[in-house]
Amino acid sequence: MVKITVDGKVLEVDESKNLLEEILSQGEDLPYFCWHPSMGSVGSCRQCAVIEYANDEDERGRLNMACMTAPREGARYSIEKAAKFRAQAIESIMINHPHDCPVCEEGGECHLQDMTVMSGHNYRRYDGKKKTHTNQYLGPFIGHEMNRCITCYRCVRFYKDYAGGTDFGPQASHDNTYFGRWQEGPLESEFSGNLAEVCPTGVFTDKPFSKHYVRKWDLQTAPSLCAGCSVGCNTNPGERYGTLRRVVNRFNDEVNGYFLCDRGRFGTGYVNSDERITVSMTRSAHDAAPHLASTDEARSQLQAMAANSIGIGSPRASLEANFALRELVGAENFYAGISTNELAMSRQILDIYRSRPVNIANIKDIEASDAVLILGEDVTNTAARLALALRQSVRNLGKKMARDMKFPEWQDAAIRQLTMDRKSPLYILSAHATRLDDIAARVKIGTAANSARLGFAIAHEIDSSAPAVNGLSADEKELVTTIASALKEASQPLIISGTGAMSQALIAAAANIATALNGADKKANLALVSAEANSMGLALLMESSDNSLDQAMASNAKAAIVLENDLYRRAPASSVDSFINGLDQLAVLDSLKTRTGEQANLVLAAGTFAETSGTFVNYEVRAQHYYSVFKPVDTIRSSAFWLSDKKLSELTQGCADSISGGAGIATLTPGEGFSVSGMKVPRQQHRYSGRTAMRANINVHEPKQEQDEEGILTYSMEGVSALKDATVFNTAWAGGWNSNQSVFKFQSHTGAALKQATKGHCLVENSVSEKTWSEVTDAEKVTGDFEVFPLYHLFGSEELTANTEAIKAKATSAYIAINEADASKLGLQASDGVSVEHNGAVPYIIRSSIAPGTVGIPVGLKGLNFRDLPAAISLQKATDWATPSEWHAANIIVSDKTSVNAENGGEA
Amino acid sequence: MLKIFLHQLNIIWSQIVSLWLVFLHLFHKSDTVEYPDVKPHMFPRWRGRIILTRDPDGEERCVACNLCAVACPVDCIALQKTEDEDGRWYPEFFRINFSRCIMCGFCEEACPTHAIQLTPDFEMAEYVRQDMVWEKEHMLIDGTGKYHDYNFYKVAGKAIGGKGKGEALDELPPTDRRSLMP
Amino acid sequence: MFSFQVGSLLNIVLILGVVLTLAALLIWMERRLLGFFNDRVGPNRVGPFGILQSVADVVKLITKEDWVPPFADKLTFIVAPMIIPIVMLLSFAMIPFAPGVGIIDMNIGLLFVMAMAGLASYSAMLGGIASNNKFALLGGLRAAGQMISYEVFMGVSILGVVILSDSFSLRGIVEAQQDGWYVIPQFIGFIVFMVAALAESHRWPFDLPEGEAEIISGFNTEYSGMKFGLFFVGEYIGMLLMACLIPVLFFGGWHAPFGLEFGNEIISGVFWMGAKTMLFVCFFILVRAALARPRYDQLMSYGWLVMLPLSLLNLLITGAIVLIQGS
Repeated sequence: MVKITVDGKVLEVDESKNLLEEILSQGEDLPYFCWHPSMGSVGSCRQCAVIEYANDEDERGRLNMACMTAPREGARYSIEKAAKFRAQAIESIMINHPHDCPVCEEGGECHLQDMTVMSGHNYRRYDGKKKTHTNQYLGPFIGHEMNRCITCYRCVRFYKDYAGGTDFGPQASHDNTYFGRWQEGPLESEFSGNLAEVCPTGVFTDKPFSKHYVRKWDLQTAPSLCAGCSVGCNTNPGERYGTLRRVVNRFNDEVNGYFLCDRGRFGTGYVNSDERITVSMTRSAHDAAPHLASTDEARSQLQAMAANSIGIGSPRASLEANFALRELVGAENFYAGISTNELAMSRQILDIYRSRPVNIANIKDIEASDAVLILGEDVTNTAARLALALRQSVRNLGKKMARDMKFPEWQDAAIRQLTMDRKSPLYILSAHATRLDDIAARVKIGTAANSARLGFAIAHEIDSSAPAVNGLSADEKELVTTIASALKEASQPLIISGTGAMSQALIAAAANIATALNGADKKANLALVSAEANSMGLALLMESSDNSLDQAMASNAKAAIVLENDLYRRAPASSVDSFINGLDQLAVLDSLKTRTGEQANLVLAAGTFAETSGTFVNYEVRAQHYYSVFKPVDTIRSSAFWLSDKKLSELTQGCADSISGGAGIATLTPGEGFSVSGMKVPRQQHRYSGRTAMRANINVHEPKQEQDEEGILTYSMEGVSALKDATVFNTAWAGGWNSNQSVFKFQSHTGAALKQATKGHCLVENSVSEKTWSEVTDAEKVTGDFEVFPLYHLFGSEELTANTEAIKAKATSAYIAINEADASKLGLQASDGVSVEHNGAVPYIIRSSIAPGTVGIPVGLKGLNFRDLPAAISLQKATDWATPSEWHAANIIVSDKTSVNAENGGEA
Repeated sequence: MLKIFLHQLNIIWSQIVSLWLVFLHLFHKSDTVEYPDVKPHMFPRWRGRIILTRDPDGEERCVACNLCAVACPVDCIALQKTEDEDGRWYPEFFRINFSRCIMCGFCEEACPTHAIQLTPDFEMAEYVRQDMVWEKEHMLIDGTGKYHDYNFYKVAGKAIGGKGKGEALDELPPTDRRSLMP
Repeated sequence: MFSFQVGSLLNIVLILGVVLTLAALLIWMERRLLGFFNDRVGPNRVGPFGILQSVADVVKLITKEDWVPPFADKLTFIVAPMIIPIVMLLSFAMIPFAPGVGIIDMNIGLLFVMAMAGLASYSAMLGGIASNNKFALLGGLRAAGQMISYEVFMGVSILGVVILSDSFSLRGIVEAQQDGWYVIPQFIGFIVFMVAALAESHRWPFDLPEGEAEIISGFNTEYSGMKFGLFFVGEYIGMLLMACLIPVLFFGGWHAPFGLEFGNEIISGVFWMGAKTMLFVCFFILVRAALARPRYDQLMSYGWLVMLPLSLLNLLITGAIVLIQGS
């Protein structure tokens, strides 16, 4: 820490950070554009100018960019004295800015607007002509309005440098500079949505949001969570006129930092979908005509049948809802609603986290890791935010080089120059090429069983007390030694695996490696990705591995209550059919129409994450609370309401009491009765407009404001803005900082943890030091022509988000992916389909990096149910083949797709 | 003592003068305009009935920017943005609850396109309160209102149907992004 | 019974009718006059010159919801507004309008009037307390304080008249002014009495119990409909009563000035009495239009520090002169 003087104020700042970051951390306002806390400094926008004085006698000083200045002990700076320069700089920036704020989606939360006001520029003196640019079509997610660009280069620095995108960059020169793709087309990166938040002005905007656009201040928001995968990114969804409008990132340094993936950002449109169940229905038999059930009627029917029915929980329902169902039917009648294998894997992960000497890796740990091994998990498609963090981890070599040369870490461009394409090691063992291959040191293609075998071998190589593997080939031995030594040398090695490959052996191997790396002074980072938003929460509620969906279907029960679960996505259709046919009564609680729901004789309209509150437990067993964003129509209630008479807080307390180590669940919210200056926390911003007109067309007499009986938030604008108390951190806003950049006002230090808000609570405290090992399991021999492995799609594999229009535009129907040699063996021609044993015909794509004799089957895409397939299948060229209308080969973005299949089907 | 006495006397005197001066007003002409028998002259800037206007090309001026709604101190304006196939923004619905409106004119001041204007018409009373809720079709007129020349999209950089990039006022034609020439 | 003699039924009916009609008319007259003082027109829509405005007002007041707040003391709340019109009307029984025109001629008439006027303050006080509302309570308190202070020197100020006329009977006082109005020997008494009369009838500038600028509407904040109407009417009857008392005490009652008598003495008497009364009514309205309301502490210090000594001085001097003359 050093002492500096800024405009006469003495500040104590960190000399390893840049001056801009430090000045902002002290609560001062200093305009900036190109600097970003996650992306470092390049000093290109000239907005953060300050005067630096040589010594106490110096009166003139010299102009420096704060973001490119390291604070010196005892130095004197002035923000005020450089005000004129900054005003001139922004005047130049604004010369070509179009006169279109009223029709710009960024208006009202625009960093450029804020900085222009802050710099004092308000009148365009230059009366020459403005430069203009044409726009590009950049796909269904991002709108492009190039005229608004101020060439701060943040988009490129995020898209290329930070997120590793390859199809976007700067073009032309000087004041013609253009940011776009080499030709029009959808952006390929899974993180393109962040451009809308990273861009300080309205060049890149949220396209689905623009279709039903309202200003930031008109959105009713609440601290929420992404329900798209197991990472549990913190989000801030916004509602207006009863529909969910958009999702933006909500900062949490340990979970998602400043960024979200596109599934999380654009995948919530299903909340407004026509497929929503909006009323509860009941019927006497499976085939009788349904009739509407009132809230009381539906609830009492459910309670009446609860006594002798089984309950089937869900990994996408909240902890409270699952708990309420367990309470309702009794723990012995409560089944997890996932396959035996999946339940076993979830419990295995819990067991590993509890009993192995590992550090459960959060995003900060991942970003700080300097050697990574990914075991069979397609992280980009199953837990995308982790993939973005992994891209930062390989830069640790460069940071180390910079440290050795004694220049600061925030010198982004300089470090990139220094590092060139040198990276920290990252190894991938996978059944197919993944989107992280470009940063990987080595990629080994092989089945999950084979990857697991190599994993065990690596563990043994690192620590010889780990169980050994026999029969490695010379190539494999060489790979094992390379990976083992890289991991051993690293100061923070990271092992990533997960349930994606559906292999318990793989997870056991990952655990063994992490255990083996455990040394006197270091713990290996271990991240085991689970399948869905609350998979780990569900596993916590299961007392044994016995109560899986398979057991539920074999239980001969006559009545069943299914909680937010489409059984047809979890088990073979034939067994679900026979299970449901054997039932006298089937009650389904869900938000969207599903095949299971269609056969129920009691359907209860359940709220989505946006309409209810609850707790999700993410892949690192971190429990996080999400608050309802808005109140749906009266007939839609939360699953917890349908299942229990208790209040939500009582259910949360119940979870905390019944889960071992779960006491933290009850501390996620400040608790009932929390208030700031005697008022609850408002969901609406202080500028919320139209309150007395929005419902006036229905009735001019205004209804009472919606009440949130259980929450500590209100559906109104009454209350104190978060600046005073951000314990419940809703939308970031600070005076003069209307954009999401204002988040630094709430952070303990710019870019660091939030001052007051909760980060969630990890339910597993790992303080194990003893090493235990998983035994090497021999892979079961599968019989059949092609061994099946799962493929995941960020857009389409997740059940709920797949119902969103924007996601549908980036998704495709089911297909199979095979090796070129296998394709020619089957005699496949360019536009042929492949008929899958007993499961109809689908299109195919050829991928060069798939092991011969294996076939990739996408999970959750329409047209082929992965669960209907055995471990190995036979394939044939399809006869009478017509390409399905929803088949969009162009939406399959993989690095190893060969050109042959581009003609296959293709775009309409 | 005398000073206080004189001061008090002065106060009493001033009361008497007040009485006299006010009494004299009995013989002044009354200032009242006897509306509705006499219709007063309304000035163009009077803040009365709110209208939505069209630009000189006959297109809706409102671009649904929401600034009127946020400026409104009684929050009586609600609208929703939508756009046509060429990217021109306009309100899907635009509603003013006149039973809440206080005719402050902030909406007109906030409007960047001169779309929303207050007119001298003040006779807006209704017997049914629901009739005070006005939608876009009730407020949209066929003319330009008080400002005849302004056409927002002619000065804004956003392309709309009939006006491409670089065709607005004081704009150069779009740059060639494939060129590195200065 | 049907002739003009004090206490006849004819008198009673006529006086009651005229007083009530005048009180209603006064409302219109005041608003019209205030309009003129303010360069406005005043109410001119209902009937010719808007003269039926009071009728419209009464219809409105009667048809309004008769609301008793649930937190109020119900009985007191209902009784309070009745007091003021009753006691004010009772006081009118003492007023001699002309020879043979009056309701009763009591030898303690003046004391009776004072007593009734004192009772009137209960209306405001009880209304204020019964409303169970802090503003109403403040209004009631102000009314009580103001009454107590101003009643003291009001009483003292008229003692000069009593000494001169040697009578408490109002008719006796008027008759004693046959040869000269008491306004000349009792000028100070007249000024003091007029100020006290304004305060006594809660007229501007002494309407602090209502003081809408600071305490909403004071003691009648919670009142609506005809209950409010009773306060209103009572206040106007009170104003009329004070406007009657001033001529009776200081301006020779029914005696014509400068010997301008005409016709029958009853007609002439009623005319002059009426003319003098209306003059003071108009003066009261002018005061309302012209003068600003004092602060409550100013009101009090004026009462106790200026008016009371002044009236005592007046009493002292008058008494001394009468004693000297008598001896």
